Amino acid sequence: MHRREGLAKLTGRERYVDDLALDGCLWGATVRSPAPRGRITAIRFGPDVDWSQFVIVDHRDLPGPNEVLLIERDQPVLAAGYVRHVHEPVLLLAHPSREVVRRAVRAVEVVVAPDPAVLDFRTPPRAEQIQYGPDNVMKRLRIEKGDVERALARAPVVVEGVYQTGAQEHVYLETQGMAAWLEGDVLVVTGSLQCPYYVLAALKHALGRDETRVRVIQAATGGGFGGKEEFPSHIALHAALLALEAGRPVKLVYDRGEDMAATTKRHPARIRHRTGVARDGRLLAQDIEVVLDGGAYVTLSPVVLSRAIIHAAGPYACEHVRIDGRAVFTNAVPFGAFRGFGAPQTQFANERHMDVVARTLALDPAELRRINLIRDGDTTATGQVIRDGADRVAVLQRALEVSNYRVRREEHAAFNARHRFRRRGMGLATFFHGAGFTGGGEVRLESRAQVAGLPDGRVEVRTANVEMGQGTLTAFAQIVAARLGLSPDEVLIAPADTTRVPNSGPTVASRTVMVVGRLLELAADDLRRRLGLDAAATGERVVAAIRDRGRGHGREIVGEASYRPPPGVAWDDGAYRGDAYGAFAWAAYVAEVEVDLRTWATRVTDFVAVQEVGRVLNPTLARGQVQGGVAQGIGWALMEECQWKDGAMANARLTNYIIPTADDLPPIRVEFLEHPYPHGAQGAKGIGELPIDGPAPAVVNAVAAATGTDPRDIPLTPERLMALAC
Amino acid sequence: MLIAFTLNGAPVSFEIDPAERLLDVLRYRLGLTGTKEGCGEGECGACTVYLDDLPVNACLVLAWQVRGRRVGTVEAIDPAILGPLLEHGATQCGACTPGVVMTACWIRRHVEVLETHTLRELLAGNLCRCTGYDGIVEGVAGMIREAERGAREA
Amino acid sequence: MRVLLPESLPEALALLSREGAAVPIAGGTDLLVHWPGAFAAHDRTYLDLSSLETLRAVHWTEGELVLGGLTTYWDVVQDREIGAEFPLLVEAARQVGAIQIQARGTWAGNIVNASPAADGVPVLMAYDAVVVLEAAGGRAEVPLDRFYRGYRETVRRPDQLVVAIRLPRRRYDVQVFAKVGQRRAQAIAKVGLAITHSPAGWRVVAASVAPTVRRCPALERLLRDGVAVGAPADLLPAIERDVSPIDDLRSTAEYRRQVMARLLYHELRERCGWP
Repeated sequence: MHRREGLAKLTGRERYVDDLALDGCLWGATVRSPAPRGRITAIRFGPDVDWSQFVIVDHRDLPGPNEVLLIERDQPVLAAGYVRHVHEPVLLLAHPSREVVRRAVRAVEVVVAPDPAVLDFRTPPRAEQIQYGPDNVMKRLRIEKGDVERALARAPVVVEGVYQTGAQEHVYLETQGMAAWLEGDVLVVTGSLQCPYYVLAALKHALGRDETRVRVIQAATGGGFGGKEEFPSHIALHAALLALEAGRPVKLVYDRGEDMAATTKRHPARIRHRTGVARDGRLLAQDIEVVLDGGAYVTLSPVVLSRAIIHAAGPYACEHVRIDGRAVFTNAVPFGAFRGFGAPQTQFANERHMDVVARTLALDPAELRRINLIRDGDTTATGQVIRDGADRVAVLQRALEVSNYRVRREEHAAFNARHRFRRRGMGLATFFHGAGFTGGGEVRLESRAQVAGLPDGRVEVRTANVEMGQGTLTAFAQIVAARLGLSPDEVLIAPADTTRVPNSGPTVASRTVMVVGRLLELAADDLRRRLGLDAAATGERVVAAIRDRGRGHGREIVGEASYRPPPGVAWDDGAYRGDAYGAFAWAAYVAEVEVDLRTWATRVTDFVAVQEVGRVLNPTLARGQVQGGVAQGIGWALMEECQWKDGAMANARLTNYIIPTADDLPPIRVEFLEHPYPHGAQGAKGIGELPIDGPAPAVVNAVAAATGTDPRDIPLTPERLMALAC
Repeated sequence: MLIAFTLNGAPVSFEIDPAERLLDVLRYRLGLTGTKEGCGEGECGACTVYLDDLPVNACLVLAWQVRGRRVGTVEAIDPAILGPLLEHGATQCGACTPGVVMTACWIRRHVEVLETHTLRELLAGNLCRCTGYDGIVEGVAGMIREAERGAREA
Repeated sequence: MRVLLPESLPEALALLSREGAAVPIAGGTDLLVHWPGAFAAHDRTYLDLSSLETLRAVHWTEGELVLGGLTTYWDVVQDREIGAEFPLLVEAARQVGAIQIQARGTWAGNIVNASPAADGVPVLMAYDAVVVLEAAGGRAEVPLDRFYRGYRETVRRPDQLVVAIRLPRRRYDVQVFAKVGQRRAQAIAKVGLAITHSPAGWRVVAASVAPTVRRCPALERLLRDGVAVGAPADLLPAIERDVSPIDDLRSTAEYRRQVMARLLYHELRERCGWP
C-alpha cells in the first residue's frame, strides 16, 4: 500500500505551519541570551525602532508558573533575570511584518553580567561552576548483574577503551514553527510537533488554563527525529503568549540558523569500557561508564541516560555486567530527544570496543560477535530473559552473506597491498533496540486509542500519534483495515487534535505501530463487539452494522482500547532490573568503505542492513525507515559535527554543518528476517530508531580495518583520521 | 516596484518590495506554498523552481531578477507522472519533496544529461533527511523508464 | 534598497560610473545567501545585469576561448567543445554546489566575489585567464593572477564590469583539478588545487589555503627545475613559502598543508618520475 498522504506531499499540497494563511497574522520572533551564564542586568531597546508598533512579552506576562512542564520544572518559558545557556529565550516580539520583526530582534540588547560557565562535560566542575545539586550531576543510574570486580580480576584478558560521540543536529527539513490564536475563549495552537498532549500539558501548566480552553492541533510535520518531541512546547508557549497579548494570530517559525543554534541536539557522550574476556572470545565481564552532556536544563536527559545504559552492553550474553551512568549539567544549549535516545552513543562505544577486543585477541570480529550474541534463554544486562524465538545469529549470518563479507575482505587485502593511496575495509556492528517506553513507562502513559464507526458507515482512527514522515497514517489505516476486513481507503484518520483524539501517548520511542497499532486492533475488536458482531465479522458486515447503528441513533459508535502490559513483564525501577522492554529488535549491519589516504576522506561504498523487527507491515515504509536511519548514522559517523564556541554552536548553518547528499551515500541494501511479536500490531515490533544505532560503529570499524588505525571518537572527520594516521 | 513574468505558463504582474526573494513572492504573495524554504542559503534545494527551464533555488533569486522570464513551480507539475516516486518511497516527511520533484521532472525531460551525470550527482542539490535517498533515486529512475515506455508506445 | 535596471551594456556602464556604490548582480548565488537577515545588504543599490543577454555567450577565436561576463557554470558543463579543450573548467563547474547553483552562478561572479575558497577561479588561473574589465571610460585587461590584492579585495574599480574572461588556447599535457570538501557534492572547499603544464610552463594554483586564490611560485619553480621529490613531505617547504593556511570552521591549517602536499605528490608522481 502506498503512503496515504504521498501524492499531497509530492505535489506540494501538504500544508505545513508556515504554509497556513492566517488572517491578520503577526510574525513572532525571539530575543535570546548572548551569554552562557549570568544575571541579566539590563534589556536595552534600540532608539531607531518605534517599539509602540510591537507586541512585546517577557516572563512577567505569564499567567501561570514560568515553567516548561516536563520531567523537572527547572526550565523557564522565558528567562527571569538569569540565563543558563546561550540563546536562552528572554523576550518575545511580534509585528505584522516579518522583515521588521527580524530587524527589531537585532535592536534589542540583553546585557548579562557573566558567571563562570561549565562548557566541557568531561572535566569536573570547580566550586563556582556548580549549578545543579552538589556536583552538577543531573541523574545517576546504575545497572548491576553478577560480580564485575571479581570476574575482571579473574579474566585472562582485560581490554579497556574510552569512546566519545559528538552532538548531532536533527536537520528535519522543515524547521520548528507554531501558530497560535484565540477562538472565543479557546486558545488554539497548531504547528510542527510529535506529541500533541505534551504541548497541551505545557500550555495548561504555564498559561493556567484547563483543557476546555486550550486546543492543540498538529500541522503537517516535516520530520522530527525526536527534535519535535519536547522542544515544540517552548515555541507553542511563545506563540501562545504573543497571541494572547496581541489578541491576534501569531506565527513563530524559526529560520534554519535559529533552529540549529537554539534547539536541542543529540547528547554528546563519553563512554569507558573495561571488558574481561576469555582467550576464545567469551565475554566474562563488562564494566561500563557512561557520561552524557545534559546541557543547561534537565529536559529528557534522565530517560535518555536510562536508554543509553540499558543498551550499553549490547546484545550479548555476559554474566557480570556493571553500567554506571550519569548525565551532567553544563551551560550548553540543552540536549534532548534524538532518534535512538542514548542507545546510538553507547552502542557506538560497545561495537567499536568489540572490534578492539577482537583485534586484541586476534579474532575475526564476526566470530567474536557470533560467540557472544544472546541465545534464547540468556539474559540482558538488566537480567531480562530473552525468549522471543528470534535468531540473532541468523541475522548476523545473513548480513555476512549479503555483504559477501569474507570474500570482500580478502579482495580488500589484495587491493590495499596494491594501491598507493586507496584503502578498503569492511566493518560490522551487531546491536539491538528496545521498542516502546522503558520499564513501566508504557503503563504510566495509560494510552488510549479509538476506532469509531461513523454514521455513514466509514471507520475513523483516533489517536494522538502523528505523521511526521515515518508513515503513521498509512500503517494505522492498514492495521485497522486488516482487522476489520476493509480496504484501507475506507478507513479515515482523525487529525491529531486534542479536542478530537484521546491521548494515545507521544509519537516517540518506536512505539507507534507496535504499541498504538496494537491498541487500534483491540479498539477495532471493541467496535465490533459494540456493534453486536462476532469476532469473525469483517468487511461489508461491519460496514452494514455501523450504518444500521448510525441510522438508528444518528450518531457514531466508538470502540476503544487502553494499554495493558504484555503478560509476564516485570521491571524494578529502584534496582534497575528486569524486563526493560516488551520487545527488542535485533540487527547486524555491514559497511564497506574506501579511504583516500591523500585526503583521509572516507566514502561508504556499500552498506548492508539486516534486521529482525517482527512482522514487516509495509515493506516500502519499513525499508525507508532503515535507509533513512542509516543515512543519518553515516552522517553522524563521518561528517556531522557541531562546533562550539563559548557555549554556542559556531557552525549553525547548512553550509557548515554537513549532512550527506545523494552523492555521498551508496545504495543501502535492506533485508528483514521476520519473527512475529505476539503483542505488536500484526506481529510488528518497533523499527524507527533501530537503524540509527548501527551505522556509526560499522563505518568506523570499516575505517579501522581499512587503515589500520584505531579511531575512538566520532565524527571521524578527515582531520581526525589524519591525526590518527600521521 | 512593478514586475511582470510568466508563472506556470500564465502572465502575472504585481508590485513587490525590491528586497523580496522569488521564494517570498511565490509563498507569501501568491500563496504558492508548494515551494518550501529549508535553509535560505541555496544548500538544501527545497525551494527548487524552474527559471527559463533550469532548476534554481528560489531563495537565491530576487523577485525582480525574473522580470520577463518564465518561472515554473511544483503546482504546475502533472501528478500523473509521479507514480514511481510514490511506489519507491521517495517521500517521507515531504518537506524536501517538492524540490526533489522539480529536479526529478527536469531530469525526466532532459534524459540526455544522464550521458554525463549520474542521478545521484544531479540530485545532490536536494537534501533529504528521511529516505537515505534510495527511494528518491529509484523513483526518478522509474519516472524516466515510464516516460521512455510512453514515448515508444506513442 | 535601490535597483538599477539597464537594458544595454553602455547603459549599465553609464549607471555604474554615476552610481559608484552600485553592486552589479548576475546570478546572485553569493549575494543572496541568508538574505532575509542580511539587513546591511538590503540597504544598498544593485545594478541588474540580467538584461545583458549578449554577455552570456561563449566565443572561440583561433587563439582563445572567451567566456562572457554572464556565462554560467551550467553553460560550460553542457559545452562539449569546452570539455574537450579545457576539461578543468567542466570539472570545476560540476563541483560548484549542485545544478541549482550551477544554473545561476557565473564565472565572472565567482571572480569578483573574491572568496579564497572559490571553485571556478583556480582552474581559470591555471589556464592563465585574463579578466576583461569595461567601464564607461574604456576597457582594461588584468591577468587573473594579478586580480586579487588581499582577502576579498580586487583591483576592480566600482565603475568597472567584468564583461569577458579570455583563456589562451594551448597544448596542455598536464591538467589536474582537485577539490577537497567535507562531502563529495555541494561542499565548500577545504583545499582546492589546479595544476596545468603547457609550453608556457607550470601553473600551480591553490584555493582555501591563503587569503586569496593564488598561484604557487615556489612549487612552480620546483616543478620547472625538476627538483627530486621522494615523498609528499618534500613538498612542504615550498608549500610553506607559497600559502598560509589557517584553522577555521571547515578545517585546520595542518590538514590543509598535508593534503595539499599529498594531492600534489600523487597527482604529479608519474609525470615527474617521483618514486
